[in-house]
Amino acid sequence: MRVVTIISVLLLSMVMAAHAAAEKELQVGFVYVSPIGDAGYSYAHDKGRQAVEGMDGVKTSYVESVKEGPDSERVILNMARKGYDLIFATSFGYMDPMLKVARQFPKTVFMHCAGFKKADNMGNYFGRMYQARYLSGMVAGAMSKSNILGYVAAFPIPEVIRGINAFTLGAQAVNPEVSVRVVWTKTWYDPATEKEAAKSLLDVGADVIAQHQDSPGPQEAAQEKGVYSIGYNSDMSGFAPKAHLTAAIWNWGPYYSEIVRQVQDGSWKAEAAWRGMDAGIVELAPFGPMVPKQLQDQVRAKQEEIVSGAFHVFSGPIKDQQGAVKIPAGSMATDQEMLGMTWFVQGVVGTTE
Amino acid sequence: MTLEMIIPLLAAAIVAGTPILYATLGEILTEKSGVLNLGVEGIMIVGSLTGFLVAYSSGSPWLAFAAAGLAGGITASLHGLVCLIFQGNQVVSGLALTILGTGFANYFGTSYVGLSAPGFQPYPIPWLADLPILGPILFQHDPLVYLTYLIPPCMWLFLNNSRYGLGIRAVGEYPEAATAAGLSVAVHRWWGIMGGGFLMGLGGAYLSLAYTHLWTNNLTAGRGWIAVALVIFAFWRPGRAVFGAYLFGGIMALQMRLQASGTQLPSSLLLMLPYGLTVVVLVLSSLGRGRTGEPAALGVNIEPAD
Repeated sequence: MRVVTIISVLLLSMVMAAHAAAEKELQVGFVYVSPIGDAGYSYAHDKGRQAVEGMDGVKTSYVESVKEGPDSERVILNMARKGYDLIFATSFGYMDPMLKVARQFPKTVFMHCAGFKKADNMGNYFGRMYQARYLSGMVAGAMSKSNILGYVAAFPIPEVIRGINAFTLGAQAVNPEVSVRVVWTKTWYDPATEKEAAKSLLDVGADVIAQHQDSPGPQEAAQEKGVYSIGYNSDMSGFAPKAHLTAAIWNWGPYYSEIVRQVQDGSWKAEAAWRGMDAGIVELAPFGPMVPKQLQDQVRAKQEEIVSGAFHVFSGPIKDQQGAVKIPAGSMATDQEMLGMTWFVQGVVGTTE
Repeated sequence: MTLEMIIPLLAAAIVAGTPILYATLGEILTEKSGVLNLGVEGIMIVGSLTGFLVAYSSGSPWLAFAAAGLAGGITASLHGLVCLIFQGNQVVSGLALTILGTGFANYFGTSYVGLSAPGFQPYPIPWLADLPILGPILFQHDPLVYLTYLIPPCMWLFLNNSRYGLGIRAVGEYPEAATAAGLSVAVHRWWGIMGGGFLMGLGGAYLSLAYTHLWTNNLTAGRGWIAVALVIFAFWRPGRAVFGAYLFGGIMALQMRLQASGTQLPSSLLLMLPYGLTVVVLVLSSLGRGRTGEPAALGVNIEPAD
């Protein structure tokens, strides 16, 4: 009799425990640097959040337009205090505030985007956007008639410089005559300034405008002038349907879902992840109707090579603007070299200062 | 530099200078009445958001433009409330207005970020647009730019030849004398503040209705502050404000074009140009003190007579 009671109590408690585990939802928080409606960087991250929201036993929430620095520490701390299990901070400037909070909450998992610091409960991650930049460069180079491409760029930091170099190499691969002119705006999101920068590039003869900016200002400028444009962050064709050839875009859904699954089953480990097209984090937006079928196929074929690892964007010989060989023939840039890239490849007109 | 590069540069200077010009003219009108309004940036952004929202929901750019002016006037009336009714400090009130306006626009505008609204498109003026050199520089813009060709002369006439304009100047120069002459200081200053706010609101709307057709937080990006500095550069004269605004617009457009043409100068140095110029301008104009046209009673509150 006693044995039966003990067994039944044990069984009952197991059932209840299992039930409680199912009840316990994983709380996931996201911190964004800009509003999610911007069709840009934070919009792309939020698409990733929506993918996570659809998973079983997961509840997400987000805070948008959080300034980098002390403000972000308050937001992240608040999420940790409320008992969030997993927090994604999606901008470079959240790195140190997040690290500080991570030390106080060892049981919470912290994920920081675009940085380089790590802790036992904090990992960092980013995507190899330069791969999509290379492919978009192929499209731009092939579609240009003036052989001048314009590139509206935010800040001269390795992430942006790497993108410009990859774009230029892609364009040169299909059109050796092409040159890429760069205008720095020193803003991430200022539609007026960024549109003006695009106009100045159009005035010197550029007939395809690419951008490393979060606003669609440059797209507008290209459409008004009747030339082509390459978007960034997300499909920007809605802003310039006649100009938009394609865009180098983020796709965070698969990666975020994977991290959430790892945290759920306890297999998560802090690491520095830099994933590329093979993981589906970066992609090319659908081609505009003006891109010829033959070019689309050529770009898709190159994409296959990048995904399979047969082709590496920064494989030598690559020369800098002065003609000095930076990456010798037969070798390719290491991750360290790419993450610290501060020089332009030959064919870029502009300065990294 | 060839003519093919100079003409687009000058045309871009006018477009980039236009929002600053609206705001500078508004601040001149306000300061002429003796009230310092440092809330230009906040008033501009409220005008910018209002213009965008009205254009977005009604589809009519002109209605949106007028609504932006009204919103600017209403926002500026808060400054009037503090300074004219409660005799508050004008500097503090203006700064508070900038913070309030920016916060207001962020709060109500965030959900509209990234949307685009119908706005003004370039409208070349028949015949004039075909003039060599002058045509492309002056007459191939949107209607809001043409409006700024008319406002400065009208404002000059108003301030120098109309009874009401002279009244506004009188309360800004010597309020006691104006009171003795039977002018109401408060009424004239109210008009200075509201009229000025109206123009600042229009300047903000230019950014969201013509310069781009988008809304984003911080669209004005410090242009209101440049306008405050330009008033001093302009010696409180509408004509010189035109010159100053286009000079600033020109420097902004020039630094981008220098970059695009492949200069080896560091971009940080080029981007500094407009702000460096602001400092130079303020230093130079303070050297010429005494004949600058600064209203003598600027920033001084007047107790209403019992």
